[in-house]
Amino acid sequence: MKPLLRVAGLVTEIGHDADTLRVVDGVSFHVVAGETYALLGESGCGKSMTALSLMRLLPDGGRIVAGAVQLDGQDVLALPERDMRRVRGGGMAMIFQEPMLALNPVVKVGHQIVEALALHQGLSGQAAREAARGLLDSVGVPDALRRLDSYPFELSGGLRQRAMIAMALAGQPRLLIADEPTTALDVTIQAQVLDVLRSLRSEKRMGMLLITHDLGVVAENADRVGVMYAGELLEEGTRDAFFASPQHPYSRMLFAALPHAIPHGLQPMAVRSPAENSGDGARLTTIPGQVPKLDGRMRGCRFAPRCPFAIARCRDESPDWQAIGEQRVRCHLAGALPQRSAPVATPPPHSTQAAQALLQVDGLKVYFPIRRGFIQRTVGHVRAVDDVTLSIQPGRTLALVGESGCGKTTVGKALLRLIEPTAGSVVLAGETVAARNAATLRRQAQMVFQDPFSSLNPRMRVADILLEGMDALGVGAADQRRAAVALLLRQVGLPDDAGGRYPHAFSGGQRQRIAIARALAVSPRLVICDEPTSALDVSVQAQILNLLKDLQDSLGLAYLFITHNLAVVDYLAHEVAVMYLGRIVEQGPAAQVLRAPRHPYAQALVSAVPRIESPAGQRAIRLAGDQPSPLNPPSGCHFHPRCPHASGICRQIYPDQTALGSGHWARCHWVAAQGQAFTEWSVN
Amino acid sequence: MSFMPVILWTDALIFALLAGVLALAWFIRRHDHLRAPWEAVAQRPMAMGAALVLGVFVVIGLLDSLHYRQRLPDSPADKPQYSVEVMSAFDALVGGLRTRQEKTYSAPLAMQLYAMEFVERDGVAVRDYPRLQYGGAHLQHAGDRASDIARRSLAGAAQGALAGLLLFAGLAAWQARRLRLPVGTWLARWRQGGLNWPGRTLVGMLALLLMLGGAMAQLASGYHVLGTDKVGQDVLYISLKSIRTGLVIGTLTTLVTLPLAIGLGIAAGYFRGWVDDAIQYLYTVLNSIPGVLLIAAAVLIVQVYIESNPELFDTAAARADIRLLALCLIMGMTSWTGLARLLRGESLKLRTLDYVEAARAFGVSNARIISRHIFPNVFHLVLIAVVLDFSGLVLAEAVLSYVGVGVDPSMYSWGNMINGARLELAREPAVWWQLGAAFAFMFALVLAANLFADGVRDAFDPRLGGRR
Repeated sequence: MKPLLRVAGLVTEIGHDADTLRVVDGVSFHVVAGETYALLGESGCGKSMTALSLMRLLPDGGRIVAGAVQLDGQDVLALPERDMRRVRGGGMAMIFQEPMLALNPVVKVGHQIVEALALHQGLSGQAAREAARGLLDSVGVPDALRRLDSYPFELSGGLRQRAMIAMALAGQPRLLIADEPTTALDVTIQAQVLDVLRSLRSEKRMGMLLITHDLGVVAENADRVGVMYAGELLEEGTRDAFFASPQHPYSRMLFAALPHAIPHGLQPMAVRSPAENSGDGARLTTIPGQVPKLDGRMRGCRFAPRCPFAIARCRDESPDWQAIGEQRVRCHLAGALPQRSAPVATPPPHSTQAAQALLQVDGLKVYFPIRRGFIQRTVGHVRAVDDVTLSIQPGRTLALVGESGCGKTTVGKALLRLIEPTAGSVVLAGETVAARNAATLRRQAQMVFQDPFSSLNPRMRVADILLEGMDALGVGAADQRRAAVALLLRQVGLPDDAGGRYPHAFSGGQRQRIAIARALAVSPRLVICDEPTSALDVSVQAQILNLLKDLQDSLGLAYLFITHNLAVVDYLAHEVAVMYLGRIVEQGPAAQVLRAPRHPYAQALVSAVPRIESPAGQRAIRLAGDQPSPLNPPSGCHFHPRCPHASGICRQIYPDQTALGSGHWARCHWVAAQGQAFTEWSVN
Repeated sequence: MSFMPVILWTDALIFALLAGVLALAWFIRRHDHLRAPWEAVAQRPMAMGAALVLGVFVVIGLLDSLHYRQRLPDSPADKPQYSVEVMSAFDALVGGLRTRQEKTYSAPLAMQLYAMEFVERDGVAVRDYPRLQYGGAHLQHAGDRASDIARRSLAGAAQGALAGLLLFAGLAAWQARRLRLPVGTWLARWRQGGLNWPGRTLVGMLALLLMLGGAMAQLASGYHVLGTDKVGQDVLYISLKSIRTGLVIGTLTTLVTLPLAIGLGIAAGYFRGWVDDAIQYLYTVLNSIPGVLLIAAAVLIVQVYIESNPELFDTAAARADIRLLALCLIMGMTSWTGLARLLRGESLKLRTLDYVEAARAFGVSNARIISRHIFPNVFHLVLIAVVLDFSGLVLAEAVLSYVGVGVDPSMYSWGNMINGARLELAREPAVWWQLGAAFAFMFALVLAANLFADGVRDAFDPRLGGRR
């Protein structure tokens, strides 16, 4: 079959003279009409640069040095700029990662789509408007006619990304380049958008180049996969072959680094062996080191410095392509690598369950007043956190799971009184926390933040960052604090001389280690981790997760782990609480909640996670619509507008807890009714 | 002692500021993250060339800030009496330039007055342009003037070039020794621009300045290079003396601005709530009063104060100086709002960052958070604002003096020069050199300051892709 897009030996450089970076180095692949080709890789490996090279939209100083790009047999690189403009949008269109940045915020969505239509199809007036409505319909935007007159900020993230896709489709492109199209979106919304992309591809027989770092997204969407590393393509193959047996050591390690223990399907508890206990999983495999800088002249295989199988030849000679069945791979040891073995689950030391809870939160509420008018009268409240009750035992991990905007971060900050709670009591180590004993609280509980780049002051040395907490809380004698810093650095696996350097000298993963060390500096018993790995690459994420687990084992820390990533939860957490719109809707032991969720929202959340294992007979639950605003939550059960099982009572009364045994409970009328039916049935 | 040092208010402040800048430079040298952007500035040829020009201005300004009063020659030894005229080290250095006073206007490099007078020649009174008392007085014939000027300029330029060459040789020898290179290798590197500082630009610029200076000095010893003004004073001397006024206005005003802008701006952004409201009201009110009115009122008040307390100011220079200081103060009070607004916005952003939250989670006090987390991260904005504002303030002084609410009329300043030249422009033929000189000096200073400011902003502003 004649390929739609053929890329051969593409080389792209950025910068001049000594600063030249070869961001794409000899990449060759092809995409056939109607198939999805996924480019997979960690950040900085040149995926996006490859896409921008195809569109000839490189940033300043970027240039294509060598190679050929053919779209439908037409040499794209040889076209004059004038004709190139027709190819962009008409021949191939691109969807960007951040829909808010890719749409003009002061122009109505309809207008932006009509503009693209006018440019590529010559439509105008009512005809263009009709066509725009059709496009929005085709990407599943409800009430498309009204949305034409909305501004981008009036749309939610998912709708914005769909509007973006509609715009890309306006030129009827033959190839759609999607650059991390769902990375900025929540899991349930991601599932919606990926569905749209899948159906569009099969409907219009477009070729699609999907750029992503998420193995799960690749597994569910791609037909063929190419793995990129340091500007080179390392491995290529059909999805099934690739996922069955990845050939390159790097690909294998990517799989191993991924915490993915949730089996597909919502299976009943009984199927699982009792010994398998969530939160005590085996250590993740990590890839030592970092992606190399692209400036130096690289000899040999680029992955060799991080490769556990590397032989002398790897360091001198760059490997060539070798075909193995439906795959091809650039590795000297292709086919000779040992078979993938299942990770050995070492039985972890069983943490003893203490009787007394370390943290006991009752009826926590955080309301933000909305003020209007000249005298700033309070006209309403945003109920960011509404009546949350939690408890954490010493040395255990509670994961707080939910989509963005559900209030999970607010819970974490309210516990540390970074945000004043409106109501509720927090008991930490037997002591009720109030404004007056805040210092005690701060020694007991600390926080690790999401973004390691904004959580460290760029103007302070690492040692000063670590000392800050000890100084403020008066931990230890002043002369012993320096020694404590050295110990902390060793604990989180950083070199001893790290203390004298500034944060910019460290990579994302190392920065997160510094942030963890800062929290540990005052020897807390509870650490609140607010999405500590979501800004990191998969291989680095594994390192941080292992570190957190080791620290828990050695120091007996308790974690409140705030995240949206269910795979991470499964690896680390003992208990899980699922939050929706400021309230906890389901809570229980991690194994039960993740494998047999009962609340319809929890079920949808678990099933929306893209999985590597091909879903066998699994019924994917796709939620419609978006999370409503906490300013004006729906009456009754907050989830009822999106719930597939909603009934009349759901619209009126907020459900009570339904206990499901062994500390597992859910707030759902439907679950309660099922339980009742079950009881009645067993009685009869 | 044949003189008595006089420390005017502005002198004291200028040297305090100099000490502060030196201390800051020392502090920056010891911190890598602070030094890095300055090293980036040091690698820009344009910025360094501008810095050299600025340096010349600053040196003249500093020399002109070392004031003293000469002892009267006939005063008794046990009870010395001092002249009422306050001189500066700069005056002593240029010597004759100050004292060689003509009767009235004369054009640049002229040997005759600009106005006709009755002169007695061979017993007959004729109307003619009389010869100047000093300018070109050494010439016998008017016809020799052009060749004499050419000779002097060339000689001066040659001397300057020679001095430049000597300096360069010294530099080459020193650098080659320091880097342990043969001198030839160092020279080759210098020629190819292979040093890690813009050697060619700096050396070229220095040679150019030395040649210009040499020619000026040669010419000034026999002529009035830029002509004379209404009372016959040398315009070159006035222009050079005005440098100090411009620098004082540009720097001392920012000294007043900074504490207000930094303190109030960060407080508004960090504390929010009623603090923010109060500070915002303050600067919106201040911004809505026309600045010139406020300045005029303040200057008038100071004027009244000076006149009602003559015993406090023993010399005319002290009186003029206190008025200059008052002008700096009031301009500082009215011009902090822009920077404060900028810092408020930045602090609003910074306070939500995770590292500030982390510090709050440790219970670190507000003062400490501001000094360790907020201030170091807005410092680049302060620096950019200071260097950008400098040239604006120099120009503002000219405008205010022109309007008549600026510095004391007896003080040398470019604004006063322009003010004095204003009416003479209507003359036929026009007296253009006063205005021209003020314009050229101001242009050179402001251009250099702006080019330097551009370099600083490029290196410090993270949005321009500079290193943080």
